Amino acid sequence: MSKPALFGLTLNELIALAKEEKLPGFTAKQISEWLYKKEITSIDEMTNLSLKVRQQLSEKYCFGLSQPAKVSESTDGTKKYLFTTSNLKFVEAAYIPDNDRATLCVSSQVGCKMGCLFCMTGKQGFQGHLSAGEIINQLRSIPEWKNITNIVYMGMGEPFDNLDNVLKSLEILTSEWGMAMSPRRITVSTIGVIPAMKEFLERSNCHLAVSLHTPFDEERRMLMPIQNVYPIEEVVKEIRKFDFSGQRRVSFEYIMFNGINDTPRHVKEMSRLLNGLQCRVNLIRFHAIPDTPLKGSPDDVILEFRNALTAKGVFTTLRSSRGQDIQAACGLLSTKENMKRE
Amino acid sequence: MKTWDDLKYSTISVYRNNEIAEGAYLLSFKRNFNFVAGQVVALGVTPTIAPRLYSIASGENDEFIEILYSEKLDGSLTPMLSLLKPGDNLMVSEPFGTFTQTSKSDVYIAAGTGIAPFMSRIRSAKAENPTVIHGASYPEFFYYNKEFENFGRNYIRCCSRCSDDQLFQGRVTDYVKQWSNLDPNKKYYLCGSAEMVVETRDALIAKGVPFANINAEIYF
Repeated sequence: MSKPALFGLTLNELIALAKEEKLPGFTAKQISEWLYKKEITSIDEMTNLSLKVRQQLSEKYCFGLSQPAKVSESTDGTKKYLFTTSNLKFVEAAYIPDNDRATLCVSSQVGCKMGCLFCMTGKQGFQGHLSAGEIINQLRSIPEWKNITNIVYMGMGEPFDNLDNVLKSLEILTSEWGMAMSPRRITVSTIGVIPAMKEFLERSNCHLAVSLHTPFDEERRMLMPIQNVYPIEEVVKEIRKFDFSGQRRVSFEYIMFNGINDTPRHVKEMSRLLNGLQCRVNLIRFHAIPDTPLKGSPDDVILEFRNALTAKGVFTTLRSSRGQDIQAACGLLSTKENMKRE
Repeated sequence: MKTWDDLKYSTISVYRNNEIAEGAYLLSFKRNFNFVAGQVVALGVTPTIAPRLYSIASGENDEFIEILYSEKLDGSLTPMLSLLKPGDNLMVSEPFGTFTQTSKSDVYIAAGTGIAPFMSRIRSAKAENPTVIHGASYPEFFYYNKEFENFGRNYIRCCSRCSDDQLFQGRVTDYVKQWSNLDPNKKYYLCGSAEMVVETRDALIAKGVPFANINAEIYF
């Protein structure tokens, strides 16, 4: 069995570890500096720790970084990294450069339990949670990690089904002792697991994105089984209890499906559902996946939909499609690699 | 589900908690709320352990609420649930959820304990001439099979690890894939793990069932 990793531990956990190892209290802070602020990859390189302490740590722990197993690069500069997980499956992270921004889309689970009709990751079933270390490793182990300006938890898995590890990873990313990123540069996306979403909103300052995809109960039920447990009306009702008038943002993701959710009826219901809520809607072109009955809306319909929502006072943006030549749809590449392995 | 904060719940005395097959339990307690067949409740034993959601298996007018669950040895709650004895306290939330639609001649497809919401509909007399397709690894996991005795051909058991003339050998997805007279106009309700639901839904869609006729509840 492999040794437990230091990478992914919070400062409090490192303090507890130092105490257990009978190391001076300040050692925890020194280790966190090495783990999250410097470009080293082994305990041996923590040179302000004595050789004896380094040996002591190395006997019981590993550093915990894991290099990508594969990388695919799109003609538009988007890169998709595949990482091998502790249970020998693959997860994906997408690096998306865009002028002075560089966004990294990270995964929070191997596979997913939520079974959304339009999602390739769901076809893998659920194969495990990622640890906080495995989540941040997707940032720390790519060559562009120092240039990343924004992180979105929109890769494989439902972040709020793995809330403890996601919150831990956010703590490491945003703490002064950690990677010191602004929480305003991080967005966590959910399909609307209400209890965990409330806990996230109370305990983190990062942005929230909610996968909406249709405002109608019956339709959403067919696209997203979660609607049977946590209906979108209830999700929005909960979100209204929090303050988004400052810098913190809530956005709603809306994949455009031809003839399904792209009609004037949907515009009207969307504006009713989101009425008075300080938010934005991100329209997303559908990246087709194998064996799906769904098709993406044509561009003219998407633009008309955006204009109609905007006219209703809903701030609406259209996300540009990236990395289409490298199987950008979340879960496509890892599913292919998992199948090869099997 | 993370905490009991904001969740309306009551502490109820356990009436019965019997192991009905290896690792599978039927837990019951006196009903003190109304619910709609297909709804779930959150259960727990202490506020410090996150509650989990379970479908109600009893009928809407039954005196007792019945919950079917299987023990996950690495889980945080079910090993504790399995130790409950009659008279022990159980935390139970108000019922919620909308996996409650019904129409004539629905098809219910379940794996393992996913049979529970469909039992509730049947026991509530809300299911009119349904077909039940139940998947399990071994015969002892076809819970409630005695209650389906008069279903005749409308009760199909798919056993993935046994062979028996009375049973279809294979998983529910295998059954759906070879189902020759499947009616795409019926409503299909699925309950089980994400993998089972996604595979079964794909198989139904491949057989010509519009996705609008498929409704699923997934364990998570």
